Amino acid sequence: MPLIRRKKVTESDKHSNSDPIEEEESEIESDDHKKKTKSGASKKAKKVARAERKKDKPKWSCVDSCCWLIGCVCVTWWFLLFLYSAVPSSFPQYVTEVITGPAPDPPGVKLRNEGLKARHPVVFVPGIVTGSLELWEGHQCAEGLFRKRLWGGTFGEVYKRPLCWVEHMSLDNETGLDPPGVRVRPVSGLVAADYFAAGYFVWAVLIANLARIGYEEKTMYMAAYDWRLSFQNTEVRDQTLSRIKSNIELMVATNGGKKAVVIPHSMGVLYFLHFMKWVEAPAPMGGGGGPNWCARHIKAVMNIGGPFLGVPKAIAGLFSAEAKDIAVARAVAPGFLENDLFHFQTLQYVMKLSRTWDSTMSMIPKGGETIWGGLDWSPEQGYIPSKHRQKDNGTKIISQNETECEVSQTKSVNYGRLISFGRDVAEAPSSEIERIDFRGAIKGQSVANTTCRDVWTEYHDMGFNGIKAVAEYKVYTAGSIIDLLYFVAPKMMTRGSAHFSYGIADDLDDPMYEHYKYWSNPLETKLPNAPDMEIFSMYGVGVPTERAYVYKLSTYAECNIPFRIDTSADEEDEGRCLKDGVYTVDGDETVPVLSAGFMCAKGWRGKTRFNPSGIGMFIREYDHSPPANLLEGRGTQSGSHVDIMGNFALIEDIIRVAAGATGEELGGDQVFSDIFKWSEKINLKL
Amino acid sequence: MASILRFRKLCYLDPVKFQSYEFPRINKQEEDNAIPAAKLAAEIPKKKTNRQLKERRSIDYCCRFIGYICTTWWLLLFLYQCFPATLPGFLVPEAPGARLRREGITALHPVVMVPGMVTGGLELWEGKPCAEGLFRKRIWGGSFTEIFRRPLCLLEHLSLDNETGLDPPGIRVRPVPGLVSADYFAPGYFVWAVLIENLAKIGYEGKNMHMAAYDWRLSFQNTETRDRTLSRLKSKIEFMYESNGYKKVVVLPHSMGVIYFLHFLKWVETPSPMGGGGGLGWCAKHIKAIMNIGPAFLGVPKAVSKMFSAEGGDLALVRAMAPALLDSELLGLQTFVHFLRVSRTWDSIMSLMPKGGETIWGDKDWAPDEGNTCPLTKIRHQQPSTSGNDTNNIKKNGFGLKVQDNYGRIISFGKEASQLPSTQLPAFNSKELLHKGTSKSLNPRCGEVWTEYDEVSRESIKKVAENKVYTAKTLVDLLQFVAPKTMQRAAVQFSHGIADDLNDPKYNHYKYWSNPLETKLPDAPDMEIYSLYGVGIPTERSYVYKSSPNIDKCKNVPFQIDSSADGDDQESCLRGGVYFVDGDESVPVISAGFMCAKGWRGKTRFNPSGIATYVREYKHKPPTSLLEGRGLESGGHVDIMGNVGLIEDVLRVAAGATGAEMGGDRIHSDILRMSERINLRL
Repeated sequence: MPLIRRKKVTESDKHSNSDPIEEEESEIESDDHKKKTKSGASKKAKKVARAERKKDKPKWSCVDSCCWLIGCVCVTWWFLLFLYSAVPSSFPQYVTEVITGPAPDPPGVKLRNEGLKARHPVVFVPGIVTGSLELWEGHQCAEGLFRKRLWGGTFGEVYKRPLCWVEHMSLDNETGLDPPGVRVRPVSGLVAADYFAAGYFVWAVLIANLARIGYEEKTMYMAAYDWRLSFQNTEVRDQTLSRIKSNIELMVATNGGKKAVVIPHSMGVLYFLHFMKWVEAPAPMGGGGGPNWCARHIKAVMNIGGPFLGVPKAIAGLFSAEAKDIAVARAVAPGFLENDLFHFQTLQYVMKLSRTWDSTMSMIPKGGETIWGGLDWSPEQGYIPSKHRQKDNGTKIISQNETECEVSQTKSVNYGRLISFGRDVAEAPSSEIERIDFRGAIKGQSVANTTCRDVWTEYHDMGFNGIKAVAEYKVYTAGSIIDLLYFVAPKMMTRGSAHFSYGIADDLDDPMYEHYKYWSNPLETKLPNAPDMEIFSMYGVGVPTERAYVYKLSTYAECNIPFRIDTSADEEDEGRCLKDGVYTVDGDETVPVLSAGFMCAKGWRGKTRFNPSGIGMFIREYDHSPPANLLEGRGTQSGSHVDIMGNFALIEDIIRVAAGATGEELGGDQVFSDIFKWSEKINLKL
Repeated sequence: MASILRFRKLCYLDPVKFQSYEFPRINKQEEDNAIPAAKLAAEIPKKKTNRQLKERRSIDYCCRFIGYICTTWWLLLFLYQCFPATLPGFLVPEAPGARLRREGITALHPVVMVPGMVTGGLELWEGKPCAEGLFRKRIWGGSFTEIFRRPLCLLEHLSLDNETGLDPPGIRVRPVPGLVSADYFAPGYFVWAVLIENLAKIGYEGKNMHMAAYDWRLSFQNTETRDRTLSRLKSKIEFMYESNGYKKVVVLPHSMGVIYFLHFLKWVETPSPMGGGGGLGWCAKHIKAIMNIGPAFLGVPKAVSKMFSAEGGDLALVRAMAPALLDSELLGLQTFVHFLRVSRTWDSIMSLMPKGGETIWGDKDWAPDEGNTCPLTKIRHQQPSTSGNDTNNIKKNGFGLKVQDNYGRIISFGKEASQLPSTQLPAFNSKELLHKGTSKSLNPRCGEVWTEYDEVSRESIKKVAENKVYTAKTLVDLLQFVAPKTMQRAAVQFSHGIADDLNDPKYNHYKYWSNPLETKLPDAPDMEIYSLYGVGIPTERSYVYKSSPNIDKCKNVPFQIDSSADGDDQESCLRGGVYFVDGDESVPVISAGFMCAKGWRGKTRFNPSGIATYVREYKHKPPTSLLEGRGLESGGHVDIMGNVGLIEDVLRVAAGATGAEMGGDRIHSDILRMSERINLRL
């Protein structure tokens, strides 16, 4: 009853309110009509129409109709919401099962039924980007965001106040630490990286499955760190490495001396390599854990998708703030990303932001031409992706044009040329390329650019000459790419060179390798003395992964980034793996097989100079098969870089190891790719 | 009913609506195009629409109405968003953290927060099928939506095993770790958040702040057995001490966390199997100060009523207003019984039982806090109409005409019993009570809502009521009688007495560690202990009970607070069956302040190394306006965490100040006088 009464009141209100407007409207409309209707016949129709309008007009003004529409939408929305919440939560699963047949038990349940129980404490080391960051102190514009997530979660603030967000997320260009007045810190605990954004799991599936066999907070630890900082700086600023050490010690002590199983993912792999050296190094620079700390506390390191030797994607990111996806987006909608409308200049901001992050430099390809190949040579030469597809019994849906690069040609791709300017250069034999050394080139006086406002990138210091010099060198291999980056981004690389190194050690006993900048490079450090430890390298294969780029100079505009991937460079004869200016090889979409697998396949296998104590090495590859339908979400057999964390086979392997199995018991190596063949080709002193 | 009918109609006609709405437009278009041939054809649908118009009108109104509401709502929201955060002219008081930073105070000592009971969040790690999809979701704390959705399922998950005091098989509920576990209890209801924010303003962050979250349902030693919580806390404190340049830690326990941390202090120095093996001197090395906020050192009487009949003063009032609501068996909820059952499985409640017996809490005729001006009357002073009465009463009181409130009688049956002189009371024989207890008459009808009351025969319940009066000492017997299992579990975990000889080796057992009257403080002469609490709020002290009317029904708690028992005159502190004294709404002054005011002051046998103690009281001032939220000067048990004075004190100590520098004691209540009257050998 009360509803009716209220309704009537508003109704009558509405009448009195809207009457004058309606009259006006109808007058205007009638004017329109007069203009438009020239024939006399239409007059009658008009009269009828007006009569009708008069009849119901008092109830149907524009505002009313609008409200009516809104009301309808709301009601429908609520009704749907109601239906949605009324449906039992298992309904989607039920539908899936009807369509695709009964889903397999999650590995946690399956293994619990086999009698597996929580045994070794587990440490997760998240990778770059996936860890959340929250604000502890900020400028005026970030009012009210105290202890709210700036990175991760919903990313709502990025849209609300983008400039403020960029300001808080970027680091100081000189120190590589927080700018003054800003404190952004990693979120701690399992929540730091279980979901990256709402609904996009990273560690959550693994955590849930571990919990099924009895893991809980006291036996699981998320080693969250600020992934923007260089590794040693996380210790300097947040004491993160000490914290990880203390927590591992605590977990080992409270779990009856059971050693920890460490599971790093992506960049976390390098971070943990750094940690293993740090913890045994003596106190001021290291953690002072003594030479046997790793042997006493770590049972196994299970690296997931580890970019041991870096990723080519990092170069494209640093060089022109784009990767394959962005380049494609640019090709589809040119002008969208660059436009000055709204004063956005998105890419420049991205570049400015990401270049202040030291950690991105940890993923620059390491090992130079020995590993990544020279002008005419690369370990992956002659790679035939279609071979994989044949092994893949069943699903052939994988985006055809990207993967079907059969080697019909005799000429093979020069993967070693990480960056080439122009497609012809990428394919020409090395003798035909004329190169002018850029290293001595004088950076021209920068065109005084006051117009670029605050979106300053180091490109503006280069001037036209510098840019031209870069382009004239034509081809960059893994060796010269470091010099290139030094040339285009001197400040960033000076910061970076204090924290990271990309070479190969000639003599590992040289005391200079005791410096922390070598610790995250597997080619310049020895593994700890822990013969009982095991190192696993687990990664997906069967997804095309960026390996080399074709660049071009962009139309020179004042504030633009002068280089960009040449998306027009496509494969016209389906012969090779060139697509949108990017050469792809086998990998997990981000990390090429070579980077993820080489160390475990060859560099560390057996007793080598990099692995003096002969730690056991196991390669576990997971062949990618995309989700069969939309209902499966991101798939339970995915092999791509992040989605692999939901791969049931990988989870099963992890749980078995956490419950006490050794690598041998898992079945040793499991290899689908040509990693062993490729490793053979690499000529590295062991 | 009418609205439902309309809704149905609306659903029914939904598809038609859009069509009919489109018609007039089509007509108009046709007119505009001025096609004469169309005019006749157009007239036919017009008639149709006319008919449909009438039909659709009510639905349309409904939709329109909803539309209006929604648009207004959005408009208001939009306006709210556009509003500047600070109104011009309305001065937002500056946060103490910001002010102190300008004074040059920066983070120095790492801070450890120990949350109290109830305020810590709990999450589910393993559950029964009914809790599907709640993995790692909060089932306690947060929005509590799940509790409303499936109350019985979650109560089952929240209760512990009746025998072991640990999780029931197949269920794992664990505390939420990190600062998020207790910063907000429910959305918008801060607990630690304000303090954390102010600490952050002077430079604190994750690396030098730690929330020692623990499962507050378990007994203290069990948190170590199950979750290794004490070991984690020890390791965390050691780590923070080392990684912050060997600066000692400032500990901030709140409410029950105070007793938990007392337990920790003893645990950490005790050798390994039972304790943490930190060795003597651990506390002296790692802890600078313990700033107890709203400490329940000697227990709270509220815990008694919770245990006894699952109600506190607030609940009793609700019951008085809507008698049938809570007891109703409608919906099969039986709120109280369920709550009683669940909360009795929580060992930790037992840690809050009044400690020290009659020496501290008073006996039948005597109580340390008697003769106080009652905080209730202070409130009445503000009303001009009753002020005349008050002067009368005070006079009366002066002549000794008034019947004294006997706070010592923590539970009395009937108002008379609470006021009679002790000579007229029947003699209490606890032995008899215990013997009676064995004669069970098990009631099979009571189904799954079994509480231990069902095992207690009706005669013995009568017997309990006949005993009339229970003091802090006899109370233990009473509880032993009505809840033997709970007490049996608790007897292993907690003790509530006073030690005669603290060097007796039996006091090495962990059950004594959380009782300040049965332990010595650690040997740490440089440490400081603060007691920070609010005063000026009436706090429950003792109860008038009655047997509940429908005593024969099995699904009922047989006792309830007699909410009809009000004071005879304005002077009495009896209101709604509860006697009130000064305190912070939960903890009476005597429990919060006595140890620091007398028990530990100077070198006593409880404090052999002479740790300095300070009492800092904060006078309660209710928020002056709604805009202030829960008040900047509140003294309420939880709201005090937002008290500006308290925050400032905490910040100063964390930044290195000592108690003497802050001005030593600050006392508003009669705590010193009360402590004087307590005759405890020191």
